[in-house]
Amino acid sequence: MTEQMTAWLTPRNLVVTALLIFLALVPAYVAMTGNAFLMTLFTRIVILAIAATSLNLILGYGGMVSFGHAVYLGVGGYAVGILAYEGVASGFAQWPVAIAASALLALLVGALSLRARGVYFIMITLAFAQLVYYFGVGLDRYGADDGLTIYRRSQFADLINLGNRTVFYYLCLLLLVGTIYLVWRLINSRFGLVVQGARSNDRRMHAIGFPTYRYRLTCFVIAGAICGLAGALLANHTGFISPATMHWTRSGDLIVMVVLGGMASSFGPLIGAVTLLVLEELLPVLIRLLASGFVEQPVAVRVSEYWQIVLGPLFLLVVLFARGGINGLLESMRRG
Amino acid sequence: MLLFLEQCLNGLQFGLLLFLLAAGLTLVFGIMDMVNLAHGSLYMVGAYFAATFVALTDSFVLGALLALGASILVGMAVEVVAIRRLYGRDHLDHVLGTFGLILFFNEAVRIVWGPAGLTLRLPDWLSTSVRVLPGLDYPTYRIAIIVTALAVALFLYVLVMRTRIGMLIRAGASNREMTGALGVNINLLYTLVFGLGAALAALAGLMQAPIQTVQIGMGENILILAFVVIIIGGIGSIRGAFVAAIMVGLIDTIGRAFLPDLLRLMLSSRGASTVAPALSSMLIYLLMTIVLVVRPAGLFPVASK
Amino acid sequence: MADALLRIDDLTKRFGGVVASDGITLAIPPGELHAIIGPNGAGKTTLIGQLTGEIAPDAGRIHFAGRDITALPVHLRSALGLARSFQITSLFLDFTALDNVALAVQAHAGHSFQFWRNARTDPALREPARAVLAQVGLAHRAEELCANLSHGEHRALEIAMALATRPSMLLLDEPMAGMGPDESARMVRTLKELKKSLTILLIEHDMEAVFALADRITVLVYGRIIASDAPTAIRANEEVRKAYLGAPDEQQDAHG
Repeated sequence: MTEQMTAWLTPRNLVVTALLIFLALVPAYVAMTGNAFLMTLFTRIVILAIAATSLNLILGYGGMVSFGHAVYLGVGGYAVGILAYEGVASGFAQWPVAIAASALLALLVGALSLRARGVYFIMITLAFAQLVYYFGVGLDRYGADDGLTIYRRSQFADLINLGNRTVFYYLCLLLLVGTIYLVWRLINSRFGLVVQGARSNDRRMHAIGFPTYRYRLTCFVIAGAICGLAGALLANHTGFISPATMHWTRSGDLIVMVVLGGMASSFGPLIGAVTLLVLEELLPVLIRLLASGFVEQPVAVRVSEYWQIVLGPLFLLVVLFARGGINGLLESMRRG
Repeated sequence: MLLFLEQCLNGLQFGLLLFLLAAGLTLVFGIMDMVNLAHGSLYMVGAYFAATFVALTDSFVLGALLALGASILVGMAVEVVAIRRLYGRDHLDHVLGTFGLILFFNEAVRIVWGPAGLTLRLPDWLSTSVRVLPGLDYPTYRIAIIVTALAVALFLYVLVMRTRIGMLIRAGASNREMTGALGVNINLLYTLVFGLGAALAALAGLMQAPIQTVQIGMGENILILAFVVIIIGGIGSIRGAFVAAIMVGLIDTIGRAFLPDLLRLMLSSRGASTVAPALSSMLIYLLMTIVLVVRPAGLFPVASK
Repeated sequence: MADALLRIDDLTKRFGGVVASDGITLAIPPGELHAIIGPNGAGKTTLIGQLTGEIAPDAGRIHFAGRDITALPVHLRSALGLARSFQITSLFLDFTALDNVALAVQAHAGHSFQFWRNARTDPALREPARAVLAQVGLAHRAEELCANLSHGEHRALEIAMALATRPSMLLLDEPMAGMGPDESARMVRTLKELKKSLTILLIEHDMEAVFALADRITVLVYGRIIASDAPTAIRANEEVRKAYLGAPDEQQDAHG
């Protein structure tokens, strides 16, 4: 093996490659076993990974902690839902609107929030998330609190049939890979360096001559737009949209994915999304199995319902001791 | 007119409750430079403890005091075990770390008390009304809240204006060396301050408990309002928190009370009944937006760090 | 002076009851290395803050290259040719030394709304950055992470950041803060070299360096200028000695 190849064979790269291959083969496995649930689960994982990747752009690289990012999942979803409700089923109309509306909202929210620094900014994004959430609750015509059912997936003429689960899954996977690549290019461009520099030392950036506000705002808008696309995908996937998608605790979920997976890394958000959602399914099962060894079955089942209590402290531990998330841990194994 | 006055009193009461919550938040932020998202969890814990202890002791006052004590213990325990390790880190780590605490508390409460909410019923002597004005009978309990909250506000005023700790708060001191130079045991001070913050949050929680249901997640909803109060008032300023809290309390309460009727005049009845509550909820955030545009540092900004 | 590069007129700044800048008037011609000395609390950092635009003066005006920059925002002053270094090191710690300087170069290489091309391998940014690093003697540390550099290397990098923006004037805030004698001597040599092509306003406590470099010295005490003259005149000045330098026999160099 050449030196370049051995240099590339790090634990982290191996894990990421394995993960991507695994994701690519999910439909094949589902076809063999007939386990439709896995298809649903992993489509959801891939879509949320897109949203998490867009959040990583502003959070991990830009240092902008937004507790309102899930709002764009909602906006994108409602764009699809409302247009479908009003008779516009074409994806060619729905998806651009989803992206544009999200970008516009991000422009508005960002313009007002980014003037603030640090904790002010975080709280303001939280408050705006509530604002949009309550607006959604007030959308009487479109289901308000109960939400809106979307009866047909976005139509793309004869180009692609999103009703086919496998086709839809691969489309989402393709968009995920595309998003990760786009973010990677963005981050290493002049624009990306300014955004990262602003996170690292904003005062210095101004001193050397960068008006950082406009770059950070642009970054915020791009992230919102990508998340809007994820929202359109999510609405197609679940066939349903409600204000609950936009609640600030959903934004918290995205933040957990990004931090757990690894901030400011290309694949961290994907790793985080996979980890979190798989844990959600696995942990109860594992705990029940473990507890069954000590207590009776009904009690074991009860105990397994409380799996979420592990998540909070686990997250705190990651923040305290493994700031770079899983990706960071994998990277540090290289030297070991 | 009397209805309006009654809503004003309600708004004042709600505002004072918000002030208690916001004051605790600002206190911890001012002294320890600590952004504590789990502050709302302490509010929730206070309410749950109160519901439990009042049921156990069959005395409202005793139950409330026990709940307060228990909450302070919980708060201090959290400080020693978790919060302490976050000092000196940047605010992002605070937000992330305390967010993890929120997840933990919500789940812990669910395990101990179950997913359904609790109710806390008032004793008979607090369920009466007082004739505030001819034609206006106001619930004794709400008056009790107002009086208690004002008393605490006064206590905080004395604390901030007349003591050494207060000096630290006003100076926005989050400097461990400077605090140490004043001959104070840092670890103990921080734990006590955090305990005080927890007390304020728990007090707000247990006072609010009889009025609204005690349920999981109640802390987060009001926490956001507390942060809005701090943003409007100016981070680090207790005076700003007081003014802003009263403002927010009044606007929110009066808005919720009269906006539906106002909208019903303009829109269809069905439309008004869904849009109105949503719009009332949005009112506060719209106010915050306006304040941010006009005065980005809040109404009573403290010297920036 | 009609052709002063930097002209400060009656600059005043109050913080509550404290007068940090008390009617400061100063004119610095191009090519001069002008040092500002004074005891701690004299208002030197406040002065720099107003010159760079981070602090807004209560009264007075600042002219640079004939233009009134008193109200100009921070990032635009850099474009005009006024660069600064920080008293407390303020760098991009998670970037490499080369990244740091390249970013400064990028700030003056047009707008940065380029989203695709890899800026880390762009020779238009990297080459000038390497040249500046060589100027301050850090060429061999280009690929090192900034957080791993020594304190003296940080101070040199501070100067490099300022230089990379192609200024006509440098505002240096205690560049030798916390340096040992070897590093200080190296910094003095660097500054002597830079003096040939740049106007420099130097704030320093290191008296040896000040007297070795300065063309003129201004002494600031409690926000007021008590003397502004050639080095030899300043050394002999009674008021200055009383306020800051001490008697001739007791004169020591004060390392900041």
